[in-house]
Amino acid sequence: MSIVAELAAESTPLSAERLDVLIRRLRTVLPDAALLTTTEAMKPFECDGLSAIRRMPAVVALPESIDQIQAVLRICAELNVPVVARGAGTGLSGGALPSADGLLLSLAKFKQILHIDSVNRTARVQPGVRNLAISEAAAPYGLYYAPDPSSQIACTIGGNVAENSGGVHCLKYGLTVHNVLEVTFITIDGEKITVGGSTLDSSGYDILALMNGSEGMLGVMVEVLVRLLPVPECAKVLMAAFDNLESAGQAVADIIAAGIIPAGLEMMDNNAIRAAEAFVHAGYPTEAAAILLCELDGTTEEVDELLAEVEAVVQRAGASGLWIARDAEERARFWAGRKAAFSSVGRLSPDYYCMDGTIPRRMLASVLTQIDDMSREFGLKVANVFHAGDGNLHPLILFDANKPGELDQAEAFGERILTLCVAVGGSVTGEHGVGVEKLAPMCAQFKPQELIQFYALKAAFDPQGLLNPGKAVPTLQRCAEFGAMHVHHNHLPHPDLPRF
Amino acid sequence: MTDQDISPLLAERVQSACHQGTALTIVGSGSKAFLGGQQSADSASGTTDHGADVLDLVPHCGILDYEPAELVLTARAGTPLAEIKQILSASGQMLPFDPPQFGGKGTLGGAIASGLSGPARPWQGAVRDAVLGVTLINGQGEILKFGGQVMKNVAGYDVSRLMAGAFGTLGVLLEISIRVMPLPRVHQTQVVATTTEQALRWFAEWNQTALPITAASFHDGQLHVRLAGAQSAVHKAALRIGGDTLAEATASTYWQALRDHQLEFFQPGEPDLWRTVVPLTAPVEALPDAPQLFDWGGQQRWFRLPSGREADIRPQTTAAGGHATLFRPSAQATGARQVSPFTPLPAPLHALHQRIKIALDPKGIFNAGRLFTEL
Repeated sequence: MSIVAELAAESTPLSAERLDVLIRRLRTVLPDAALLTTTEAMKPFECDGLSAIRRMPAVVALPESIDQIQAVLRICAELNVPVVARGAGTGLSGGALPSADGLLLSLAKFKQILHIDSVNRTARVQPGVRNLAISEAAAPYGLYYAPDPSSQIACTIGGNVAENSGGVHCLKYGLTVHNVLEVTFITIDGEKITVGGSTLDSSGYDILALMNGSEGMLGVMVEVLVRLLPVPECAKVLMAAFDNLESAGQAVADIIAAGIIPAGLEMMDNNAIRAAEAFVHAGYPTEAAAILLCELDGTTEEVDELLAEVEAVVQRAGASGLWIARDAEERARFWAGRKAAFSSVGRLSPDYYCMDGTIPRRMLASVLTQIDDMSREFGLKVANVFHAGDGNLHPLILFDANKPGELDQAEAFGERILTLCVAVGGSVTGEHGVGVEKLAPMCAQFKPQELIQFYALKAAFDPQGLLNPGKAVPTLQRCAEFGAMHVHHNHLPHPDLPRF
Repeated sequence: MTDQDISPLLAERVQSACHQGTALTIVGSGSKAFLGGQQSADSASGTTDHGADVLDLVPHCGILDYEPAELVLTARAGTPLAEIKQILSASGQMLPFDPPQFGGKGTLGGAIASGLSGPARPWQGAVRDAVLGVTLINGQGEILKFGGQVMKNVAGYDVSRLMAGAFGTLGVLLEISIRVMPLPRVHQTQVVATTTEQALRWFAEWNQTALPITAASFHDGQLHVRLAGAQSAVHKAALRIGGDTLAEATASTYWQALRDHQLEFFQPGEPDLWRTVVPLTAPVEALPDAPQLFDWGGQQRWFRLPSGREADIRPQTTAAGGHATLFRPSAQATGARQVSPFTPLPAPLHALHQRIKIALDPKGIFNAGRLFTEL
């Protein structure tokens, strides 16, 4: 059964009586304009970036103050109503998909940058602030916020923390978890808790790390303190073409082995190159089996020194062509193709399905070859873009949703890719999150006891299980249904202990 | 270099402790036994002076996987840090968080559990930043795996990073995968004679620029700055900072002594050793009788303070947005320790800590009281 069909099957809207009580209670704590209840008004909230899967919430709340959020959560906890928090809705795994019987909590009105501290290099922001807006506000101080997911124009920092977003620069500068210093969140009981701080560590458990990537399952974030970095003096990009994937993979390994950590290290395969070139005319060599984009940053002297070394390394690895962007304009053009890779592929095919697995870098050539075999088996084309530096693979499966069965085929193909990622020692999601999309492959990555441990942790924050239910961590029953894991009731460890 | 897997044995001991409700004290090399709210364990007798059983992780050792081009190393918890550093440096790599090795000792498990990072912390990241995955035994004796060996991984809650700094209260670490980094091509240390005020002004100024600094300390009227990276960048920065260049061997000895508390400032015994972590711009504590040492470019500050003077340091540090740890109490204070070694948490956060503890260790058998009482 496809994900779409499954979710449609489990949707059970709130009864009219309960909905009525909920709305009446919410009206006592929210102004009229902050509560949407009509189908027409709620329509924009029925899905996130994973638009193939849609579901209408019971109500949508757009609070303007932390007090209002606390009040809304207390009401939901009391009435046992699920809550799904939402930022810009750009997520690709359905993490912000509403619950049919629940409240969709939009943080859209929390878009203030509260304070930029240029000496301590921090920015205190509300969760609905867009990723790029932070760097723009920090620019006058010569500072910026490093994680840059491709959706950075639109995606918000609250969503970034919830998904632990990456981007093309995380090999050198880390993921969201490495760049967030403090988070304030509201528990389902309406309690306000701050974890982390404006210091380099804090007393107690690293709950801040736990909040990053928790997909809205543990609390609703209301304030974030991020670390800013000085803008590097200089950045240069080198593009290398290769006749085969093995050499390109070798070049990546050799650059790292030479002790160089590029600011960005991206690879695209032939299908992705052709798509991007046709769309943005970046000057990519369309005959190449793969291209590598390598960005170096630092002081001018340092960049020149390292660039010469990278040049020598990729030559030795067998590059068939090599270009260094001469100026900022050409550099932007080299990157434009990569950044537009998804939308370019979108022009080639009515629909595409974007996967997000990670693998140890050394497995790259072998994994791409196997994906190629699967592509033939399923009869669906695939284009690959790859955050080569950190092993994050994005195969884009091309299909046509109007052709009967193709969406199911694309999903099945995707699942096979993710199972392969786990088999070679990687993970089912590098940066897009599990959401509703990758619940099945999660059953392959974690064994029952590990999933049970996740449930226990979740219950420590949200004992009623009201925050973003049905996302990120599959139930054992669900895994049993997927067939990826066989749970027999009697074989569960410690059947005597209470389970959440 | 030994290589031994005793995880089945360890899991069995945890299972039986769970059934019987026996307390377990997890120990590595014991190099940080003085730190935290628990009496030191006596490996020879197999119990602590609180009557808890000792779970010795030292025999569970060995490097399991290390491929330099992947920038990842996986090792068992009991593996000595010295062994890990040696194998890394042979391939031109290092542990970015450069953990202290008090008394030259320390295991990987202990480094992760204590979450202590060396002088490079502000520039190369903390212990938790480098943790990619762990295998652990939870309080029910189950062997579980979280995270992995890849840089980017957002599958499931980040239980592995939660282990960093938890002092073994949430589980027994068995295997840890950590991100490693290339060694910088060039190191150079500049020493500048100056005042506390000027040192802090420079720290603040340098923090806003992209200078290739990897360590910065100030004590006894001397500021030390370590520069690292490409030759050209280091050279340029040294000219800007000025002062005298230390000979390479002297510099390396100094930073190691700072990291491992071998400088005279850290001498064990009287008075208490306090550690505070504060924002760079926090005011300097006016404690005329307390020697101070600034590390982490002014963001980690050490104090020697006579016993019983908690009230002179903790409230001020908290007010400045930081926290203060009674790091190494003097021998005199060890007997009847009244002070919480770590800064107490606000009530709702403390309650959340207790619920997290129960989620991983429902019977409360691991390292009771090491971090906070009732945890």
